[in-house]
Parts: sequence; structure tokens; C-alpha cells
Amino acid sequence: MSVDRDTVKHVARLARIAVSDAEAEALKSELNAILGFVEQLNEVDVSGVEPMTAVISMDMKRRSDIVTDGNQADEIVANAPAGVDHFFVVPKVVE
Amino acid sequence: MSDLTDLSIAELRRGLTEKAFSATELAKAYLANMEQARDLNSYVFETPDKALAMAAESDKRIASGEARALEGVPLGIKDLFCTRGVHSQAGSHILDGFEPDYESTVTANLWADGAVMLGKLNMDEFAMGSSNETSYYGPVVNPWRSKGSDVPLVPGGSSGGSATAVAARLCAGATATDTGGSIRQPAAFTGTVGIKPTYGRCSRWGIVAFASSFDQAGPIARDLRDAAILLKSMASADPKDTTSAEIEVPDYEAALGRSVKGLRIGIPKEYRVDGMPAEIEALWEKGKEWLREAGAEIEDITLPHTKYALPAYYIIGPAEASSNLARYDGVRYGLRVPGEDIVAMYENTRAAGFGKEVKRRVMIGTYVLSAGYYDAYYLRAQKVRSLIKRDFDIVFDAGVDAILTPTTPSAAFGVGSKERASPIEMYLNDIFTVTVNMSGLPGISVPAGLTDDGLPLGLQLIAKPFDEEMLLQAAYVIEKAAGQFTPERWW
Repeated sequence: MSVDRDTVKHVARLARIAVSDAEAEALKSELNAILGFVEQLNEVDVSGVEPMTAVISMDMKRRSDIVTDGNQADEIVANAPAGVDHFFVVPKVVE
Repeated sequence: MSDLTDLSIAELRRGLTEKAFSATELAKAYLANMEQARDLNSYVFETPDKALAMAAESDKRIASGEARALEGVPLGIKDLFCTRGVHSQAGSHILDGFEPDYESTVTANLWADGAVMLGKLNMDEFAMGSSNETSYYGPVVNPWRSKGSDVPLVPGGSSGGSATAVAARLCAGATATDTGGSIRQPAAFTGTVGIKPTYGRCSRWGIVAFASSFDQAGPIARDLRDAAILLKSMASADPKDTTSAEIEVPDYEAALGRSVKGLRIGIPKEYRVDGMPAEIEALWEKGKEWLREAGAEIEDITLPHTKYALPAYYIIGPAEASSNLARYDGVRYGLRVPGEDIVAMYENTRAAGFGKEVKRRVMIGTYVLSAGYYDAYYLRAQKVRSLIKRDFDIVFDAGVDAILTPTTPSAAFGVGSKERASPIEMYLNDIFTVTVNMSGLPGISVPAGLTDDGLPLGLQLIAKPFDEEMLLQAAYVIEKAAGQFTPERWW
């Protein structure tokens, strides 16, 4: 399978990365090179094989449902590019 | 170069306890080395004040007889680890200015054992790369050079800064991470020891995530003993990481020198690839010979799905990365590039903040996970991954103790030499290492020789889950036979 420029632009939209027409051209060739490379996986007989979900088998750890952390609003917003009080400030979201 | 920086961690331990020198003197010696080595571009952020404060604290503890396991040992930390109040940017522009308010579990373990932080080490952006050329901070230069040449070589990646710092005596040891080979490959390129522990051995909490089912922290050090010492400190069961294994951390040093008589070492025929340089074949043969002479049994094995590991990795890795890197949106930390609305802000920020390789992988990842392609790519790759792991399970179940392979298909290459090549050519660097991440197994690269051009080559050993001791035990035979390799200082 290969991608065309429209697909590249669509994927860029999904990935929220601005891509110019020129960049889309370059990305198209690179992505197609990678897709060409992974094509060989179609040679493998995967019938009856379960997809891997955990690379090392272990039971999922659980913990008691009690509060062990928090009250760190200052620390959480400390690295914000734009903020007011304990809010992160962004351009308008709702139309 | 000061004598103090020639001492290994094991030797430092003794020297500090015997008060032959102080932790402060030691830190100063390393800081001086770092100042003289800026051309290598190994550190992205030096922390001299912090280092001296930590060293002073260590001296107090040594004086009062309360020295901990790594008291006063100066370490470099890969930029991927979150270090409280200190630059932690994963080699990327998109995390500009980020200073976490928390400490990764692995580094917290090291500080709790008394280690001293010299600074943050350069790396490929978001750990995506095999040459440390994708870093926002520019490439790292390998302290090794080809005989009679001054062409700058890559140290490998993504932990290129870590490997360079260890090889060039800019730290006593370094932390690193390995997702497809990022500890082992740079270790091989720089004549140092690198261990990728079993998935779940070291906590991933506080390490900037690239591909969550592959990422593992591990040490890069000058020799096996140092690597064992560091690994013991770094590893722990961590309730904050669900994938962290609740398995006790053994005394890894004790494995060094254990007899390998009767151990079965597997040689996988699929690792003999077309066009493999004769020097690497020869080194592999030497490794077999050394182990055989030490009493191990060498046997041929088959890992039939080996060649599919790299393509499967370049589907699963980017898929996981596209998810993990979705958080970099300019809202809560790092770079923000304004936009007329929120989507434009996201798109502009990510376009400006991510480098080319990162964008490539996020895009591939997004594509293979998108509607209509998930089954054909991602699901299939995950099934192939099960087969790759099964290959190893079969071999280990049959009684093989460890597997021996070359670490890399070549020695270090020139900075910029793969610029115009297809991205695939760079990915092929990981051909021998990526299978180990796919299966979650522990792997080690130990320096085994030099090419005719005088460049380091490593041999890789792979063992069963949580059998890092086997790696050390078998690698010790190679280290004893091959000796140690130190680059000639030109900087």
C-alpha cells in the first residue's frame, strides 16, 4: 500500500501537525519508503496467532482506592506557556 | 585528563571510602573534563552547582560513616529522564524550558544511593534515532575516530550523549534508555558496556515515553562491574509503574566470574545477514571461541521470524509514539506557537516543535492506527510480534542459557553520511537489537574488538526474562578475553 498527497494531508490533520504542500511531497516519499519496507510482513502466516498484548506476562497491579497525592496545582501549572491562576489559557475552543 | 576520572565506579567506591580523595575533588575533576570536551556535544545541560552541592553532601556522609551504595559517584543522565527542577527536554524543541517538578523513579533511586548529577546528556529527539543526529541540540561526536582520520563519527543513538560521556571520561557512568537498541548500539559504537534490562525491570515512571511496550532504562558504563553496580541501583519494583515487575533486584555483581562451564550458548543462523562485514563475522567467531574455551557449549539455533522484527517494530513503535506524543500540544508545557484557533495552535506548535524524524514516525503511527488500516498493519504487526517472542521462548525452553550475536551490522559511521539515504538505511542499524525489545528480553552489548580502522565493535548477549545475571556471567568471559578499549583523546 502507498499514500498519496491527500492521504498525507489527512494523516497530518489527524496528527495535528501543520504540513505545507512541499513538506507533504517529501513526507509522501518517506512514508512510502517505510510502507514499502513493512510490506514484507504480509509474507508471514499469522493464522491462529494472538496479537501480543503484554510483552512480559504479569497480572495488572491494583491499589486501594484512596487519595495518596494531590494539592499540587501550583506545580502542575508551573511549566504552562500561558496561564491564569490555576488555569491553562488557550485560544478559543468553542465556536 | 585528571587521574581521578580514569577510575571505574568500583575503584571510586574504594577510593572514596578509604578517603584517598573526596567526592568534591572527584566532581571537580569531571566538571573540568566536561569543560574541555564541549566539541563532543555530549551534554545538553550541565549542572555544576548541583553536582558540587551533592558532592559536598556525599563527603559529609562519607565522613560520618554513612556512605550509601553510590555515594559521591558522578553520573550523567540522559535528557529523557525527568529530573526535578532541571532541564528535561528529551532532546526536543517542543519541550523548550520544561523543568519537571518531579523526579523519575530511576534517577530518584540513584540519588537515594548517593550518586552525584553532572548534567543531562544529549540524545536523539524523543529517543527516535540510531546516531544522535536528530537531536534539537545538534549531533554528538563519537570520541573514537578512524585511524589517521579526523572525520567526525556518530556515537550511535538514541543514547549517543550517554555513550560518548562514558567513553570520553565525562562521567563515571550514565543512564540511558533502549526501545529498539538505543543503549546497546551506542555502547557498541563507543567501546562501552550497555545493558537493556528485561521489560519491567526498571521503572518507566518519569521517563518521557516513546513506545511504552518497548522502553526500558538501563546503564552505560566502562565495564561490566560498573554496569552491574549501576543496574542494581536503577532497578526497583515501582507501584507507580503498572508494568514494573515485582521481582527482587539481585546482587548483579555476584554474577561476574561465575563459571560458564556447561552453559549452552545459542548462535542464531538468521543473524548472519547478507553483506555483513567480514570483520563482524570474525568477531562473532572469536566470541564463540572465547566462550567455548571457558567451557560453554556453543550450538546453532533458529529464530525463524528474525527478519520480520524490524518492519514490525517500525509499525508498532511509531503507533505507540503517535499516541504518546499526542500530549505535546503547547497547552501545559514546552513550546507554544500561536494560532488563530486552538487547532491551528496545536498544528503550528507540533510542526515547529517536532523534528523531521519524529514527524515521520508520528505520521506513520497515526496512519497505521487509522480507520481502515489498523488490521492490515498494526494488528498484523502485533501478531508477528507474538511469533518473534515465541521463537525465543522455544529456544529457551529447549534449555539454551543465552544467545550470542553481533550488536550492530557495522562500526560507527560519519556524521551526516546517511543524510540523503532512505530512512530505512538508518533503521537497519537496529537489525540485531530490535528483536530483544520486541520480546521484552534482557540484552547486553559488551566491547569485543576493534575494526581494522580502529573502531569499536560489540557483541550482544540475550537471556531469559529477568536473567540479567546470565548476561553478566557470559559477557564477563568476553570482557576478560577482549580487554578494555579507550579512545585516544583528540579534544
